[in-house]
Amino acid sequence: MLRQVEGSRAVADAVARCRPAVVAAYPISPQTHIVEGLSDLVTTGDLAPCEYLMVESEFGALSACIGASAAGARTYTATSSQGLLFMAEALPNASGLGLPIVMTVANRALGAPINIWNDHSDALSQRDAGWLQLFASSNQEAVDLHLQAFALAERLSVPVMVCMDGFVLTHAMEEIDVPEQDAVDAFLPAFAPRQWLDPDDPVTIGAMVGPGQFTEVKYLMARRQQAALADIAEVAAEFESTFGRESGGLVRPYRIDDAEVVLVAMGSALGTAADVVDALREEGIAAGVLGITCYRPWPHEAVREALRGIPRAIVVNRAIAVGSGSILGQDVRLTASPGTEVHDVVMGLGGRPVTRAGLRQLVLDVLHGRLPRGALHYVDLDETVAADEIAREAEVTVP
Amino acid sequence: MTTTPLYQIGTFAAGNRLLDPDQRSVQSGQDRTNAITSGHRACRGCGEALAARVVLDAASRAAGGRMVTVNATGCLEVFSTPYPESAWQVPWLHSLFGNAAAVASGVSAALRATGRDDIRVVAQAGDGGTVDIGLGCVSGMFERNDDVLFVCYDNQGYMNTGVQRSGATPPAASTATTRPVGTSVGNAFGTGKSLPLIAMAHEIPYVATATVADLHDLEAKVTKAMSMHGARYLHVLVPCPLGWGSASSETIRIARLATRCGLFPVFEAEHGSVTHVTPIRQPVPVTDYLEPQSRFAHLFSGAGRPDVVAALQDRADRNIARYGLLTEETP
Repeated sequence: MLRQVEGSRAVADAVARCRPAVVAAYPISPQTHIVEGLSDLVTTGDLAPCEYLMVESEFGALSACIGASAAGARTYTATSSQGLLFMAEALPNASGLGLPIVMTVANRALGAPINIWNDHSDALSQRDAGWLQLFASSNQEAVDLHLQAFALAERLSVPVMVCMDGFVLTHAMEEIDVPEQDAVDAFLPAFAPRQWLDPDDPVTIGAMVGPGQFTEVKYLMARRQQAALADIAEVAAEFESTFGRESGGLVRPYRIDDAEVVLVAMGSALGTAADVVDALREEGIAAGVLGITCYRPWPHEAVREALRGIPRAIVVNRAIAVGSGSILGQDVRLTASPGTEVHDVVMGLGGRPVTRAGLRQLVLDVLHGRLPRGALHYVDLDETVAADEIAREAEVTVP
Repeated sequence: MTTTPLYQIGTFAAGNRLLDPDQRSVQSGQDRTNAITSGHRACRGCGEALAARVVLDAASRAAGGRMVTVNATGCLEVFSTPYPESAWQVPWLHSLFGNAAAVASGVSAALRATGRDDIRVVAQAGDGGTVDIGLGCVSGMFERNDDVLFVCYDNQGYMNTGVQRSGATPPAASTATTRPVGTSVGNAFGTGKSLPLIAMAHEIPYVATATVADLHDLEAKVTKAMSMHGARYLHVLVPCPLGWGSASSETIRIARLATRCGLFPVFEAEHGSVTHVTPIRQPVPVTDYLEPQSRFAHLFSGAGRPDVVAALQDRADRNIARYGLLTEETP
């Protein structure tokens, strides 16, 4: 049933209907409304049995989830930005131990300078931590991805991050359908852990592994991540057949079949990009959008297939790798066939809006050859401010 | 003053015979639960291996075998689980260095939420994993009063990484990062960091200290802790022959000297108040404790550093006064 509701509240309700037995979280903007919602649901008994642990840090939050998951409970947490980085030590621990923890990342910039607004720096900085990373393009998809995330995590025994744009999605009020409890129960069976800390059948979890076996453990982990691509597509298909709407999966192409230029992006910018493409098509410009829903594992084949025969791709990066360039753009570059010209642009850092006007201008600039090729282009950079600062720096003498 | 005491308690055979049968240690008995089996790779004379065996066996007995163990990174984790070997006969989980308390809180919450809270949770860490890198998680677990017994095996330094100083390293001790070179007397005289007192400040149900010199006392405290619920903290002094520079055959004697000189007070506290203090029956000067350990050798070589030894004696005397260690009365 469609309800007018805030994205965070809808996610909290969706997570609650997945019946986690343990929620451990530490507040950080813009994740807060999600965990406040869950705290209410546990307090009122609407989510029961469930233990909500109000921990002392994000490191404690993920650590408690590790313990809870190893003890055989369905486990959930949520964070943002620096909070995700405070978990960084525990992220590969959770994936290395194969614990099916689900975490919402309400995407937010990384400081300094401190900035609470949206970009993808937080999640992308942890892209190699061994977690699946699914990016929601809308609040409806954010809700749906949480159901799929628990299903995937438990099927594959890997942890999953559901990434949703901070504020832009988390704090947006809109019509969202949160599937009813019986439908969720049918889609997501009760958690049956592969192994747990059972006194009747003791296991040693987290032993020290030396050079003799370490490579093999990591190889098997990487192999399992690659194999997850098939499961992600399969679970999305199961979801669509159960709930009648398309959500999740690997990539989301929009009007790309005959496109001469395709915008590649993740998250809430995809809706804006689709609007821009519709408008450009009306003007006779064959533009399209390729949304990346599954960022890790990287859907190499699906992206390559989608971009096959496309002359130009513009990758909208909402995070940068300082000292190297783009992050999403690098993946696309390595994937696209030589026939596709890849333009790599940075946009929308630290909450700067990704607007229709901005994307439209970007597409036109690329089509008219006004964008330098081969270099990372900062689309919405105020060059006056940057130039002033560079000039001022040049005048500073070090005593 | 290094005479052998005539009076012994705990697991020593003579002492055991003096006790009622139901009070005797069962460590050497047929019904040992063997939570951690032999064959692990601890150093000879390791105080931590001995303490862990006693603690987990006692806890497992108290829990009727329904127990889960969480372990911080450190010597105990490394020497007990070199894959594919494991010394653990109980369910055992190691995650990271600084998060054992939070992991244990998660285990406890999961068991409660899934209706298996007959299973008890014991977390173990060294002093680094407790008083330094793990303190935030430990304090959070205390403050929430999570149903976890947290045991710190205190060997007063980062022994697993090669004997560096921790927040629990005593003043004047030589470690790999506090060498008595130049004008240094070894580890600085800081303000100290007593985790038992910090635990008591959280007013958790039970806090106790113990050493491997009195295994019967250690067992009794574990059993008592396991009879309670909520956050409980046990701080066990475990001499480390490698890090302390003591003979591997001297572990028990040195632990006993640490209590007899007053540097390591043995006591129990409930809900923030001291309820029992183990009195020192035969006091010794701190020199008796310091001299057999090469980490304090610089205090006694050449002209020696009587001023530093006096400062350490002051610390011991303050403990004796603070906890009333020389009286039978509880302060």
